[in-house]
Amino acid sequence: MKSDSFSSNHRWLRTLLLLSVAVSAADVSVAHAQGVLKIGMTASDLPITTGNPDQGFEGYRFVGYNLYDSLVEWDLSSATKPSVLVPGLATSWHVDPNDNKRWIFNLRQGVKWDDGCPFVASDVVWNLAHLTDPKSAQYYAAEAAQASSYLTNYASSEAIDDHTVAITTKRVDSLFPYEISYILLVSPCRAKALNYNWQDFANHPSGTGPYLFSREIPHQEMDLVPNKNYWNKARIPKQDKVELFPMPDPATRTAALLSGQVNWIEAPDPDSARRLKAAGMQIITNTYPHNWDYQLNFVKSPFTDIRVRQAANYAINRADMKALLDGMMIEGYSTVPPSTPYYGHPVEYKFDPAKATALLKQAGCYPCNVVFGISSSGSGQMQSLSMNELVKEQLDAVGFNVKLDTMDWNQLLAVGRNGVDKYPNLSAINISHQSQDPFDALIRLVSTSQWAPHGSNWGHYSNKDADALITQIYGEFDAQKRTALLAKLNELMNVQAMQIFVAYDVNPRALSPNVHGFVQAQSWFQDITSVTISP
Amino acid sequence: MLGIFRRLALAFPIAVGVSVVCFALVYIAPGDPLETVVPSDATAATIAVIKHAYGFDKPLAIQYLIWLGRVLHGNLGISIATNRPVSLEVGEALVNTLRLVALAMPAALIIGYAMGVAAARYPGRMLDRIVSGLAMFGISLPNYWVGVVLVIVFAVQWPLLPATGMAPIAPGSIGMFNWSDLRFMILPAISLALIPTGIIARSTRAAVLDVLSQDFVLTLRAKGLDEEAITRHVLRNALPQVIAVVALQFGYLMGGSILVETVFSWPGTGYLLGYAIQNRDVPLLQGIVLVLSMIFVVTNLIADLLQVRVDPRLRRG
Repeated sequence: MKSDSFSSNHRWLRTLLLLSVAVSAADVSVAHAQGVLKIGMTASDLPITTGNPDQGFEGYRFVGYNLYDSLVEWDLSSATKPSVLVPGLATSWHVDPNDNKRWIFNLRQGVKWDDGCPFVASDVVWNLAHLTDPKSAQYYAAEAAQASSYLTNYASSEAIDDHTVAITTKRVDSLFPYEISYILLVSPCRAKALNYNWQDFANHPSGTGPYLFSREIPHQEMDLVPNKNYWNKARIPKQDKVELFPMPDPATRTAALLSGQVNWIEAPDPDSARRLKAAGMQIITNTYPHNWDYQLNFVKSPFTDIRVRQAANYAINRADMKALLDGMMIEGYSTVPPSTPYYGHPVEYKFDPAKATALLKQAGCYPCNVVFGISSSGSGQMQSLSMNELVKEQLDAVGFNVKLDTMDWNQLLAVGRNGVDKYPNLSAINISHQSQDPFDALIRLVSTSQWAPHGSNWGHYSNKDADALITQIYGEFDAQKRTALLAKLNELMNVQAMQIFVAYDVNPRALSPNVHGFVQAQSWFQDITSVTISP
Repeated sequence: MLGIFRRLALAFPIAVGVSVVCFALVYIAPGDPLETVVPSDATAATIAVIKHAYGFDKPLAIQYLIWLGRVLHGNLGISIATNRPVSLEVGEALVNTLRLVALAMPAALIIGYAMGVAAARYPGRMLDRIVSGLAMFGISLPNYWVGVVLVIVFAVQWPLLPATGMAPIAPGSIGMFNWSDLRFMILPAISLALIPTGIIARSTRAAVLDVLSQDFVLTLRAKGLDEEAITRHVLRNALPQVIAVVALQFGYLMGGSILVETVFSWPGTGYLLGYAIQNRDVPLLQGIVLVLSMIFVVTNLIADLLQVRVDPRLRRG
């Protein structure tokens, strides 16, 4: 009887074991499918495919710049130097010598949309109307919304010939190539063939990018396949396929990577990163223009006093913050990372609690009551709650009395957008921001013309010297001279301690050991065409 | 029959009421329906143009009436965030959640009912304590946490089942009868089944104990009926209460679990609801709340009818 029972159990166990092995084998075959890059994104949904994507810059990173091109693009080939602008669908560009508000773009010849139509200058004009002219047949509000911040200075465009287009700006704007780099161009042929039905276009997108749209299962998966006819032969994708999965929960992404369901995940949190490393995964980080800081209230005290602003900066122990994040940050002393060409030589407020306390006493703000608007989480907010708690602890230690006003991410965005006038009781807000180009990194934060709600200068900072510098920057078309002016602006912002500088994110991502050839550029965008997956 | 029509007719004002409350709540909540559509640094002028294009510049009451008019014509509108028809979004999400519910609900019903009956048969004894403890465990444990633990055990430590996602089930297919699809459903279905199992077990126990204490059971015993026959009578009498609880649990499950579906990246109604809230996607939120409230109403209607069928005494009431 005992023997029968054992034998029966044994058979049962054997069956279970065989089943486990079979299932595991099936999983492994899925995980190691030859040449398929499977990416777990942080996005809560798949980005839209009708041109400029949603889901923040992650949408641009994986869908936008893969399906489409812009006239001017970002060099993503180096991990060691900051990403700079390079020719995209335009091979060169210059400002019209007779009209410094008119930009001439010479277009790349021989490029075809993936629907077979040739890419010509009128397509660029058509695309700009698609994004800015509500009266045009091709206008699409959702896309116009996505592109709106990059076209605030756009006035008009014209095709000079098939391969030359002129774009006129509303005011003199030497930074226009940066702005146009965010504008992704879609095929007019496909849009017309679909009678401007953008829902259909989303399922049959056509661009000139290195990948072709293969399929989308709403909210679950989007597949891209290589565009073998891509105009940039050096960037024809080396994988068979890219599969994109929205996985907003970090624990889910980690589990998916560890179980082999994906072989690449974005933004593992520091705790998971330790575990992933132990499991043999590659954790890749790099400097990139992502600033985690506080924008200050310049209308109502106490941050109207420069000594209080300086005190707050001296109070931050960035090394402790780095330890909190298990090393996954770079200590922040300015709005741009030190590798930025226009970093200059800004004054750096190194941790000095005694000096901070002395400054507060001098300013007559001791204890110094402040309220910070923060979010519990949010796109790019890193480990928002624990980081803010540590900042509070450090500021309180030198004589501040910080109250954290925690709100939902969308609410904080609304606070940021509406500006200090609507929220005078907030002394500062913590909305991390990208600082990839000079406008986003510096100008929008300090220019008087950018006061919220018209722009992103939340706290209504105003400085005649800064405004004068900005006018010079916009009017300076010599890149080297402009860089020097931008460095001067950055230095001025630091002298003014116009933010509480804390950290730069390092853009962590975790890759399976069998993923090779990825170069992590110092950019929000990345080139995945070079990635291969070994069996 | 008249009763059914009356109940159905009552469902309509309930749905309208729910939609009004939901519409108002969305606007009272901080944030803006266009937050996710326009970049965070869009200017006020740009936002004004986009608001006009989406119709958000109209007074709230007008916006609501326009929406209601469309709904009465069977059009739930277009999602702001996804640009897809709301009816399509909600329909797909319902089917996806139904796939999980079709596994979770029968499991919860069979296990919970069996646990409840077993506990009630031996009140105060060890079995009762164990079952009641397990039921409380199921109700109290956060199901998303259980989901994460299940993933760690069955997807990471022993890679038997997928950690997340849903198999790319072909449109029109139920996707439950082949292992390649089913294996994606097991862990989320277990996570979802926990709470209903606990609730059904506790309700069944209470209902059976209640019936057992009634005079007619004493009469049956006095008449010399065997325990099996008595149990049959008791279970039948306890059934209406259990049906009511099961119907409610079915409604809850069809509403999906935002957390469980997020942990498993399962594109069901809970996920969609969370997505709509997070994105302040008013048309999507309105559509899904309306449909879910109708499901609740219809489920309860069916439960009422079943109760009457099982216990004719209720007809008199």
